[in-house]
Amino acid sequence: MEIPYTVSTRPDTGLWNAKVGIWLFLASEVMLFGGLFSAYIFLRLDAPPGMWPHGLLNVPVGTMNTAILILSSVTVVLAWAALKMRRYRAYWWYMLATILCGVIFLTVKLVYEWPQKFDHFGAYIKPEALGKYEQYLGNKHAAAKDLPPRLEITGHLHNRAALSDPKIKEYEVALDPLNADPTNPAMDRPHFFPLPVTDKIAKIEKEDVQRATMFLPTHSAYFASYFTITGLHGMHVLGGVLVFIYMWLPVSKKLYQRNPEHLANRVEVAGLFWHFVDLIWIFVFPLFYLL
Amino acid sequence: MNNPPDISQDPSEHEEYAHNVQKHVRGYLIVGALLLAFTAITVALSYVDFGARKANIAVAMLVATLKAGLVAAIFMHLAAEKRLIYRILIFTGFFVLGLFWLIFLAWYDYPVFR
Repeated sequence: MEIPYTVSTRPDTGLWNAKVGIWLFLASEVMLFGGLFSAYIFLRLDAPPGMWPHGLLNVPVGTMNTAILILSSVTVVLAWAALKMRRYRAYWWYMLATILCGVIFLTVKLVYEWPQKFDHFGAYIKPEALGKYEQYLGNKHAAAKDLPPRLEITGHLHNRAALSDPKIKEYEVALDPLNADPTNPAMDRPHFFPLPVTDKIAKIEKEDVQRATMFLPTHSAYFASYFTITGLHGMHVLGGVLVFIYMWLPVSKKLYQRNPEHLANRVEVAGLFWHFVDLIWIFVFPLFYLL
Repeated sequence: MNNPPDISQDPSEHEEYAHNVQKHVRGYLIVGALLLAFTAITVALSYVDFGARKANIAVAMLVATLKAGLVAAIFMHLAAEKRLIYRILIFTGFFVLGLFWLIFLAWYDYPVFR
């Protein structure tokens, strides 16, 4: 049996069916991401002063990834327009560009951004020990400048064994620039280009530490929501790429030869999903990278 | 901006149709360029001190909403869509606002650091 209304419109809705279907699906997606974003708002509003980290993500890389997603949104809509004009070659190239953009986005996230976080270390200092580490935290300077208190020392952990070995009593950390020079006014705000870890080493005694982890979801509510939301978003990008690959392969050319409008509609529906994924990223990027 | 009409089966009208879609393509390119520009603006504004972090968040969310509106209206064709789609979206908006509202109720119920 033929599936009805793949190309022609249903008289009562005025739409072909897949379009209604994708919008109902996107409505459920809004609720899914809406739940996560409201959790983000809740966690952030309830974070005590100094407990919501800033400037830990790589802004230039995030900006580049944002631009790549926007570019892919343009190429997918051009791919659809090319099909509408019955230019299959152009469609093929635009689709390839879209797929490549998606793959680059995912590669940057999974091969560069996430592993770099997994390799970074942070130790929240107990409130009573903050004074002992004033040379790394510069809380007097922060208070004078009306900046939030600094409770964490971050950098590159030299003795990783300290995380699991109770016999090791202290963490040896090559400090991030902020902790290496905390009273420098240049460190008051995060930089656009992330500064590399310095060669200044700090020894932090374990008994002064409230909690110490690599930048994993366990690090803080911030990283927990970052990894959850970017992870779910990344899975959506992956899903979109897989669908686009199917539409780009020769198997879809057969559909094009049989019924070009049907392929155009499929591309439009997949494109709607892709634009939605782009739309989510438009909010994720400032909320996690910039603010 | 309206969506391109469905393609005509009549080959004599096809050229005019292709020309019509071509006009929309120009619009898509302009929107793409605008989105890239707004991204640069968002990044730049985040390094401007508006006095309070809340003000910075408000500005960034304003620009993000503008960008999202462009994507939804032009790329997702919502500027000219059938009534049923709008109905679905009205319900979605209602429920997602309800979701955020519930969070705020819970937040006021649980005063910790305010």
